[in-house]
Amino acid sequence: MIAAAAMSAVVLQMWCVAALLATAALAILLSHREISSALVYGATSVICLVALFGSIRFLLSDTAGPSGLVLPVGLPWLGAHFRLDALASFFLVVVNLGGAAASLYGLGYGHHEPAPQRVLPFFPAFLAGMNLVVLADDAFSYLLCWEFMSLASWALVMAHHRDAGNARAGYVYLVMASFGTLTLLLAFGLLAGPAGDYGFAAIRAAPHTPYVASLVLILMLLGAGSKAGLVPLHVWLPLAHPAAPSHVSALMSGVMTKVAIYGFIRVIFDLLGPPAWSASVIVLFLGSITAVMGILYAMMEKDLKRLLAYSTIENIGIIFVSLGLALAFQANGMKLAAALAFTAALFHVLNHSFFKSLLFFGAGAVLTATGERDIDKLGGLIHRMPLTSFVFLVGCVAISALPPFNGFVSEWLMFQAVLQSPDLPQWALKVMVPAVGALLALAAALAAACFVRAFGITFLGRPRSLAAEAAEEVDRTSLSAMFILAALCLLAGILPGLVIDALSPVATEILGGHMPIQANEAWLSIVPIAESRSSYNGLLVMVFIAVSASSAVFVIHRFASRALRRAPAWGCGFSDPTPAAQYSGASFAQPIRRVFGTLVFYARDHVEMPAPGDVGPARFKIELHDPVWEGIYAPIANAIGYIADRLNRLQFLTIRSYLSLVFATLVTLLLVLAIWS
Amino acid sequence: MVVISDILVQGLQMLMVLLLAPLLTGFVRKVKARLLRRRGPSMLQPYRDLLRLLRKEVVLADNASWLFRVTPYVTFAAIWVAAALVPTFATGLLFNWTADLIAIVALLGSARFFLALAGMDVGTSFGGIGSSREVMIAALAEPAMLLIVFCMALVAGSTQLSTVANMLASSYVGLRVSLGMALVALIMVALAENARIPVDNPSTHLELTMVHEAMILEYSGRHLAMLEFGAFLKLLLYISLTACVFVPWKIALFGTGPLAYAVGAGAYIVKLAVAGFLLALFETATAKMRVFRVPQFLGAALMLGLLGTLLLFVSRSF
Repeated sequence: MIAAAAMSAVVLQMWCVAALLATAALAILLSHREISSALVYGATSVICLVALFGSIRFLLSDTAGPSGLVLPVGLPWLGAHFRLDALASFFLVVVNLGGAAASLYGLGYGHHEPAPQRVLPFFPAFLAGMNLVVLADDAFSYLLCWEFMSLASWALVMAHHRDAGNARAGYVYLVMASFGTLTLLLAFGLLAGPAGDYGFAAIRAAPHTPYVASLVLILMLLGAGSKAGLVPLHVWLPLAHPAAPSHVSALMSGVMTKVAIYGFIRVIFDLLGPPAWSASVIVLFLGSITAVMGILYAMMEKDLKRLLAYSTIENIGIIFVSLGLALAFQANGMKLAAALAFTAALFHVLNHSFFKSLLFFGAGAVLTATGERDIDKLGGLIHRMPLTSFVFLVGCVAISALPPFNGFVSEWLMFQAVLQSPDLPQWALKVMVPAVGALLALAAALAAACFVRAFGITFLGRPRSLAAEAAEEVDRTSLSAMFILAALCLLAGILPGLVIDALSPVATEILGGHMPIQANEAWLSIVPIAESRSSYNGLLVMVFIAVSASSAVFVIHRFASRALRRAPAWGCGFSDPTPAAQYSGASFAQPIRRVFGTLVFYARDHVEMPAPGDVGPARFKIELHDPVWEGIYAPIANAIGYIADRLNRLQFLTIRSYLSLVFATLVTLLLVLAIWS
Repeated sequence: MVVISDILVQGLQMLMVLLLAPLLTGFVRKVKARLLRRRGPSMLQPYRDLLRLLRKEVVLADNASWLFRVTPYVTFAAIWVAAALVPTFATGLLFNWTADLIAIVALLGSARFFLALAGMDVGTSFGGIGSSREVMIAALAEPAMLLIVFCMALVAGSTQLSTVANMLASSYVGLRVSLGMALVALIMVALAENARIPVDNPSTHLELTMVHEAMILEYSGRHLAMLEFGAFLKLLLYISLTACVFVPWKIALFGTGPLAYAVGAGAYIVKLAVAGFLLALFETATAKMRVFRVPQFLGAALMLGLLGTLLLFVSRSF
C-alpha cells in the first residue's frame, strides 16, 4: 500500500509534466487566437497547483520513501530514470509554487503581451523543463532536461528580440548556458567513471577518489554556479532575466536559479558522498564574494528589473555561504550544526522564490502601467498604484531581512550557524568564517539600503515623467498573484517553525540529521539548538509591534490632537521647481558609491561646470567599471576575436598551400604518434 | 498567578523605558549645557516638548502618502518593542526569549528602513539626502553591530540577552580582550546609530548635519512627537544594552522578588545617569566629523568587531 502510494507520487508529477508539455503543444496550435493566453495560463496554473499539492503531500508524509520510475526512452541500455525523494519534492514545491504564481500573474499580465505566440508555447515548456530537472535520476536525463530548460528559457528571453539589447542578452545567455552544460557533462562523466553507469543510484554507490571529488566540485561550481549566477559567472543573468516578460523573469530569477542550486546540492551533498572540509572553503569564499558583489551591483543599477536580477545574485551568494557552512560541519561530523546551516539554505531558497517573484511581478506591473524600467523616470507611483506599491513594499521589507518577515528568519538561522563554527577544528575555517559572517551582515545591510532606494525612487516622491504621472493600477488577477506571495512572505516569517519542520526530512535524507522539531516549542518559537542559546518568535514580534503601534495610535488620537492640514512641502526657502530636482537613483546611491564603489567599480564622478558667464548647462557624469566584465570576459572575448582574425587568413589560401598544410599536419601527427609510443 | 506577575513585570519594564527615555535625553542636554556654562533647559523639557507637539496640528505636505503617516507609529513601535526586550533592571523577563540580540538589531533596522522611506516620500532634496546618508551609515553600522553581537554570543554561548547578561554577571568571565574590543566598537556604533556627535548632530537642522534631522524635516505635530520619542527610546536602548552586557552589576535575576527588582531599578538609573554624563562629556569634547569621514569611523568599529570575533574563533579564552 505504501509502495503504491509512493509510486503514485512520482507518476503524478510525471503526468503533470506531460500535461505541461501538452499545453505547450496546444499553445503552438492556438497561439494566434485571442483566447490562447487565458487558456494556457489557466492550464499551467491548475497543473502547477496539482503538482504543488502532490509534492507537499509527499514532503509531509513521513512514511513515503523515495519513489522511482523508469521510462523506456533515452539511452537504450539505461532508459530514463525519474525519482521523487524529499530533496526533489522540496524543490518541486519551489518550482510549482513559483509556476502557479507566475501563471496566475500571467492571466492578467498576458493581455499586455505584444507577441503572445513567442511566449505562450515556451512558458509551459520551461515549467516542464524545470520539473524534469528536479525529477531526473540519471545523468543523461538530467543533462537533457537541463538543456531543455535552458533552451526554453532562452526562447523566452528572446521573446522581445527586437528590443534594444535583448539580442545581446540572448547571445550571452546562450554562450554561458552552453559553457555550463559542458562543465556539467564533464562532471557527470567523472562521476560515472570508467564503468560509465550514468544512473544516480550507481553513482551514489560508487566510491570517489578525493581527486575526482575536488574536480567535480569545481566543475559543479562552474556549471550550476553559472546557471545560479555565482560571481564571476553571473554576467548573463542581469542581461537575460530582465529581457524576458516579467512573469518569466520572476520564474528565471526566483525559480530557475533554485533548480541550479538543486543540481549543486544533488551532486555535492548526495552523489559525491561525504565531503572534504576543503570543499567548504571555496564554496564559502565564492558565496560571500557573490553576496557582496551582487548587492553592490544592484545598488548602482537604475533599471528596476536589472536591479532585481543583481539582487538575485546576492541571494544566491547567501545560499551558497550557508551551503558552504553545511559542508564544513558535515565534513567534521557536526550533524546538528550541518542540519542548521542546510535548513537555513533551503529556507532561504523558499523565501527568495517568494519575494523575488513578488518583486518581479511588481516591476512588471510598473512596466505595464508606465512602460518604464528606469527608476530615474518613475516616482510617485504610491499615489497612482496604491495596491501594487503596498505589495512591493512587503517584498522589499522581506528581502531586506527585516522582522517579522521571512527573509529575516533564514538569515537569522544562518547567523546562528556561523556562531556554531568556532568548534570547527580546521584553522583555515576558523579564520575564514568570521570574515564570511561579516560579509553576510554587510550584504544584508546593503540589501536594505538597496531596497530603500528601489522602493523610494520608484514609488515615492513626485513623478519624474509623464508616464509615471499617468500610471494606472494593474488588473486584479496580477494583483491577486502578488498579494498571495506577499501573504506567504508574512506567513513564512511568523510561522517559521512549520517550514523548518517540513524541511527536516530533506535534511535527514541528505545529512543524516535534522534540526530539533519546532512544533513542540511553546508559543511557536523557533529554537535552533537550545532555548538558552537562542530563540526567535516571529509571531510574537509581529503581535508586539502591532499592539504597540495601534495602542500608540489609539492613545494619540484619543487624547492628543487629531487636526491635520495639507500644505506645500517645506523647501527651506527654495522650493524645488521641478521633479527632476528630487533625489534620483544615482544621487541616492552616491554615498555608497563613494564608500564602496570607488574600490570595487573604480567609480568616479565627473562634473563639467561651464565657465563663468557661459549660459550652457553644467554636466555630471558617473564613470563605473564592471571589474568582472572588464577583467575576465572582455580579455577572453578580445583574445578569441584576435585569434579568429589571425586564423581568418586560412580561408583564403591557394590550393598548394592547403595541400602543404594537410601534408604538414599529417607528418606532425605521425611524428607525435611515433614519439608517444 | 505566576503568569500574571510575569506580565506585570514585563509591562512595568515597557512603561519604565517609556517614562525614562525623555528624562535621559533631558539629562544629557542639561549636562551638556552645564559643561558649556549655560544654564540649559530643565531636565523635564523633553516631556514638555512631546506634549506640546502632541497638542499641535499636523501639517502634512501635499504630496505625502499613507506611508508617511504610518511610518512614525511603525518606527516608534519597532523601537519600543526592541527597547522592551533589552533587560534593564531584571533579566529573564517573560518575553525576553521572543527575540534575541540579532532580532533586536534587526528590529531597529526595520525602524530605520521605514524612516528612510518616509524621508523620500515627499520628494524634496532634504529628505533624499538624509535618507541616502542614513542608509550609508547603516550599511556600515549594522555589520559592525552584528560582529559585536557575535563577540558577546561567543563569550556567553548564547545570543539571548538575558543569558548573556547572567553569564557576564557571573564572576568567572573576567576581563577579556575580545569584550574590550566589542565595548569600544559598540560605543562607536551607538554614537552613529543615535545620530550623536561626532557622526551627526542631534540639535541642529543645518545643512552640515543633514542626516537624521534632514530625514524627518517634513514631520510636524504628533508625527514628529512619535519620531522624537523613538529617538529618545533608541538612546535608552543602546545605553541599556551596553549596561546589561558590560556592567551587569546588581541586575536582578528573574523571580527574585520586588526588593531585588527595586535594587536593580536603582542600579539601572545610576547606570543611565553615568552613561548620560559620559555621553555629554564626550560630545562636548569632540567636534562633528565630515560625513565622508564617518565610513572610516564605522570601518574601525567593524574591524574591532571582526578582530574580537576572530580572537574568539581562535580561542574561547581571549
